[in-house]
Amino acid sequence: MRELHTRLKNLFPLGEFTEQRPDLAFLTVPKEHLRALLAHLRDREGFTHLVLLTAVDWLEDGRFQLTYLLCDRSKRRDLGLRVFIPREAAAMESIHEVWPTAATYQRELREMFGIDFPGSPRLHDDFILEGWNDIPPYRRDFDTLKYANDSYNQRPGRETRDPATHMKQQLYPGGR
Amino acid sequence: MTYTPDRSQYPARKADGTLDIDLTSGKYLKLWQGPNHPGITGNMSVELTVCGDEVVEGRTHVGYLHRGFEKLMERRTFIQCFPIVCRICVPEPDFNEYCYAAAVEELAGIQAPERANWIRALILEMGRLNSYMMYLGGQAGALGQGVIGQWTTYVRDLMLDRFEELTGARIYHMFILPGGVRDGLPEGFERRMDETLREVETTLQDVYDVMFCNAVFKKRTVGVGVIDPSWLDEYGVTGPNARAAGVAKDVRKDQPYLVYPQLEFEPVIGHDSDIYTRADVRRRDVLVSVDLIRQILARMPKDGPLMAPTPNVLHWKIPRGETYIRGECSRGEYGYYLVTDGSGYPRRVNVRGPSYTHAMALLERMIVNVNISDVAALMVSLHTYPPEIER
Repeated sequence: MRELHTRLKNLFPLGEFTEQRPDLAFLTVPKEHLRALLAHLRDREGFTHLVLLTAVDWLEDGRFQLTYLLCDRSKRRDLGLRVFIPREAAAMESIHEVWPTAATYQRELREMFGIDFPGSPRLHDDFILEGWNDIPPYRRDFDTLKYANDSYNQRPGRETRDPATHMKQQLYPGGR
Repeated sequence: MTYTPDRSQYPARKADGTLDIDLTSGKYLKLWQGPNHPGITGNMSVELTVCGDEVVEGRTHVGYLHRGFEKLMERRTFIQCFPIVCRICVPEPDFNEYCYAAAVEELAGIQAPERANWIRALILEMGRLNSYMMYLGGQAGALGQGVIGQWTTYVRDLMLDRFEELTGARIYHMFILPGGVRDGLPEGFERRMDETLREVETTLQDVYDVMFCNAVFKKRTVGVGVIDPSWLDEYGVTGPNARAAGVAKDVRKDQPYLVYPQLEFEPVIGHDSDIYTRADVRRRDVLVSVDLIRQILARMPKDGPLMAPTPNVLHWKIPRGETYIRGECSRGEYGYYLVTDGSGYPRRVNVRGPSYTHAMALLERMIVNVNISDVAALMVSLHTYPPEIER
């Protein structure tokens, strides 16, 4: 993986490289170079399989991390590309022309995280949230508990406990 | 002279590439297959546009059972996520438990004991066998052979008995914990498992005779629903769908996990990539699972620890990191992408279910120009489970 990183470093400006396992590494890539790097990895390095595309919300840093996980089956290795984009007016270049299946992932990210992928097919076809007017629900600042309390009635007889406190009381009733 | 029109050119496309379908012309009809329909694999639906009895466009609609698992987990401690993950795939829940447990172990620096790894592999193979049994019944049912489902449900039920005595539960086992497994094998388990496996083999032979040698089944599945091998990478096709197209994609061999490097088996492959071949690959894969279960039971250590020491789960914090763990489930590559931030909660859990690509992008591509009566058989042949599409 380090060898691959060295080769890529000569071609693209790259960020942090993390070798998680001998067969799995993560690499930070500037937003504007992602598409070229993906095409390079697919056509020249054997990473022909897009395993997944997902987002991580780093709310405190004000940015989203998009993770493009690629697999090179012949060499039994995976490479995750991290791209950081600002949370405000979040948008990213679509990669559906590199992998047609990415369009489905991008639809879901648009719906659940509110990240725009201009040009991606059927981007605004919602999976589920027809008529949703709140903030996208998979963002960290969307409070699921508050939403549930506001939207649904509590069934009588139900109690909610903090597991750590509850177990402590069960195990140490004397308060030790 | 035979009339062989090029159906891929039909219907016509507009200049922007979209299909030129005028519903008001009376030539086309919108038809919903699902969400409640015997030919649908669970809670999903396909919006079909048909011209005569030919599908010109199909769109998958999901969202009927979205419970926001991934978001739920962000509010729960690592151990609280454990009873949630198995719910993501009902017929084969164990892969969720394994992938989640292995991801947590990797980020927390825990090594599961060897005996636990053997039991994990055993559970995963038992689950795979069950999942295939459900599939075979569904595939035959989609073509009108209701009795096959009754036979396969019978042996699946026997395997559920084995699950029950091993884990205490039939469907959601919650057995593979981060750190190891909950328990060892009960007394006499090997003997009862052997009886079950013999019954599986006998039933599978019956299924072969009645389903795979049936002229109607062959007529309706051979040459129908072909996945072009060039689509495998484009659409992220994995598992039996890829193996039926002649590509030996099998995570158990490609990136072996648990004890698979110590087991002897070869991935089952087919060549014709049609519905019949996919069904046959899965039928033969059941026999591989039977053999693997026998190998595991014969070779696994009989004693030794089942759990590695783990921190107090109520105050368990995992350092910042990210990883991806995959396994070969009955439908293809199943994986968990876990991101931690040093707190007691996962920052992000993303589940990569094979149905996500198979039932959405791939099905929509394959369904065009298919006869409407073949739609059910086609979508069942991709072996999709909707819960893993909408996590």
